[in-house]
Amino acid sequence: MLVFFICCSTGGEIAMTYGMKEVGEPSSFRPGALLRFITRAIGNGWVLFAVPLLAASFYSLLVLLSWAPLSVVIPASAFNYVVGTFGAKYLLREQISPKRWVGVVMVCTGVTLVLIT
Amino acid sequence: MSHERRLRFKTLVMVLLMVVCANLGDLMLKRGMLQIGAVQISAPGIWLALLSTIHNPTIWLGILFLLGFTFCYMTAVSWADYSYVMPAGAFGYAVQTMLAVVILHEVVTARRWFGVALIVVGVLLVGQTHPSTTAPKTVAS
Repeated sequence: MLVFFICCSTGGEIAMTYGMKEVGEPSSFRPGALLRFITRAIGNGWVLFAVPLLAASFYSLLVLLSWAPLSVVIPASAFNYVVGTFGAKYLLREQISPKRWVGVVMVCTGVTLVLIT
Repeated sequence: MSHERRLRFKTLVMVLLMVVCANLGDLMLKRGMLQIGAVQISAPGIWLALLSTIHNPTIWLGILFLLGFTFCYMTAVSWADYSYVMPAGAFGYAVQTMLAVVILHEVVTARRWFGVALIVVGVLLVGQTHPSTTAPKTVAS
């Protein structure tokens, strides 16, 4: 279930990002441009693919919380930051500098400490 | 303003909006569910809770803020790296702790403060890297 949760969560966010990169950024923040941006986003296949994955990750987190102690579930869900960064590097071809890696690991550890207390 | 500075500025604005919307959304959902009361785990109990949530304006306000979060997140990743936006969004946990201390006068443990410090330093480190290392494929007109 833990692997399923991490796969759905990271997979959903990676698919969402990939889709939004295809959609492109809004040309301006005027209402008309934003409406066209939202319409294009809703019609993008990758964004539509991401929605059920993110819903599955949310429900699997709820199931995990009912099965396993918080001290196990929280570090595992915070580990998503590290898995997500690997996904960004190898699937989205983002360049992850050593400074960004250190930052991500610090955030992951920090989130675990904040949520576990 | 140079392209680099403009990119950093608009990403920062979107991440801050994400943090504000997510925190306000969670707060409204919590307040709305407190108004409804504890949900009974039975078919009629869940049905009653569903009807109560549909008729609760605080829950709808919470949903509106969470939709705002989703919009800001989707907009941010349309130009910035996922590996940049995702950890930056964790700044919300630090804001939550600050709010708990300032508004609710909660006592925060040393371990939690250490976690907040790690998040802040981690977000600052990520924030120093370039927000976008891949070019967007198209620009929505």
